[in-house]
Amino acid sequence: MTHIISIRDLDRAEIDDLMDNARKIQSHHFSESSLKGKILGLLFFEPSTRTRMSFEAAMARLGGSSLTMGSVEASSITKGETLADTIRVVSGYVDAIILRHPKEGAARLASEFASVPVINAGDGAGQHPSQTLLDLYTIRQSMKIDKLNVGLLGDLRYGRTAHSLAHALSLYNATIHTISPKGLELPGTLVDELREGGTEVIDHENIIDVVKDLDVLYVTRIQRERFPDSSSYFKVASSYRITPELLAGVKDSLIVLHPLPRLDEIDPRVDSLPYAKYFEQSNNGIPVRMAMLEKVMK
Amino acid sequence: MKKGVAEEGLLISPIRNGTVIDHITGGEALNVLKIIGITGTTTESISVATNVKSGKMENKDVVKIENRELLKDEVNRISLIAPRASINIIRDYKVFEKKGVETPEFLIGIVRCPNPGCISNASEPIQSKFEVLPKGLHCLYCDWLITKDITRHIL
Repeated sequence: MTHIISIRDLDRAEIDDLMDNARKIQSHHFSESSLKGKILGLLFFEPSTRTRMSFEAAMARLGGSSLTMGSVEASSITKGETLADTIRVVSGYVDAIILRHPKEGAARLASEFASVPVINAGDGAGQHPSQTLLDLYTIRQSMKIDKLNVGLLGDLRYGRTAHSLAHALSLYNATIHTISPKGLELPGTLVDELREGGTEVIDHENIIDVVKDLDVLYVTRIQRERFPDSSSYFKVASSYRITPELLAGVKDSLIVLHPLPRLDEIDPRVDSLPYAKYFEQSNNGIPVRMAMLEKVMK
Repeated sequence: MKKGVAEEGLLISPIRNGTVIDHITGGEALNVLKIIGITGTTTESISVATNVKSGKMENKDVVKIENRELLKDEVNRISLIAPRASINIIRDYKVFEKKGVETPEFLIGIVRCPNPGCISNASEPIQSKFEVLPKGLHCLYCDWLITKDITRHIL
């Protein structure tokens, strides 16, 4: 039985294999009855729009159906049932479980108690492997993922997508450039781990110092609640904003990614520039999640 | 009789049967007892000497536990805080077996994850699970890495 809990559990060959299948799916080379008769259980203990809907859409496109838990308030969770028990019970209803949960490690726990495959759709500040796979997939659509200069910008301390992507990129000999406000830097343990594995990690104070060298600029949201007051937030947020002016003179092949939803990090005028790939990135969630569902259920 | 031996003899007398844990890092004796699950409610007779002068080490602690022979798993947990400890199994006042400690690969239910958001700290029917790495203890649920003050996190 295959679970997909963390990008760390996958080696480069497995990641490449998933992306190859996603590409075939996107080119319409897949069976619409591939998962006919299978039922997907969506257990979302936290709100989600994009991830939940794209897993449901991916399942429907492969001929399967989905069951949703509904709101936490209306479920047995409010009666104090453990996640372990919920997982054991739901395992009897469905052929695979998609789990989003506020606690880190929840998906790992679920995989220990489930009798069907579990895919982690985000566990607290922890892992979100389908997001990382679609980030990588979007990069691969534009360029060969090898020895790239990738800029990670924004809240790199709490931004789980940036952590997982940095780890995955280390498998592809990337150089990681980090640009983040004071106090929101990439965690030291992760930086140490990347460097020990041979990945170069370079910190920059300003995006302007490095933007012209980048192949990929991955922007994450700086959350207002991380700052003591609105004025300090706006001051920081404005200096991390991507504008057409900032992008003048960058490599023609640069792509700008964002896991969405975005607030003020990217000027809407950037949307029409050739660098903007964040909406394609979001759409890539469907073929990538279809490939993941096939991997665990076929 | 050498002076040091006489002093140590006053501190902790020989035991007939049980385990002597010697060469514990100075000041860690109580943590060693904690890590092997010996608390105030256990029935064993325990002798503890701390900061004893030692030829091999600057200061060492010694623990003697009567009528209990530590198991391999219990012994190996000690390596986390006292990697140079030696274990002597005593039978009828004689050293029956002498062994060092080996670092275990995994720690199950021994250390609490310091991450309050970790599922292992929620009311779930699981025990904490850590992988022992050269750089520290790695939580197998949330990927947290404990690099210092391991004793503070012992359950």
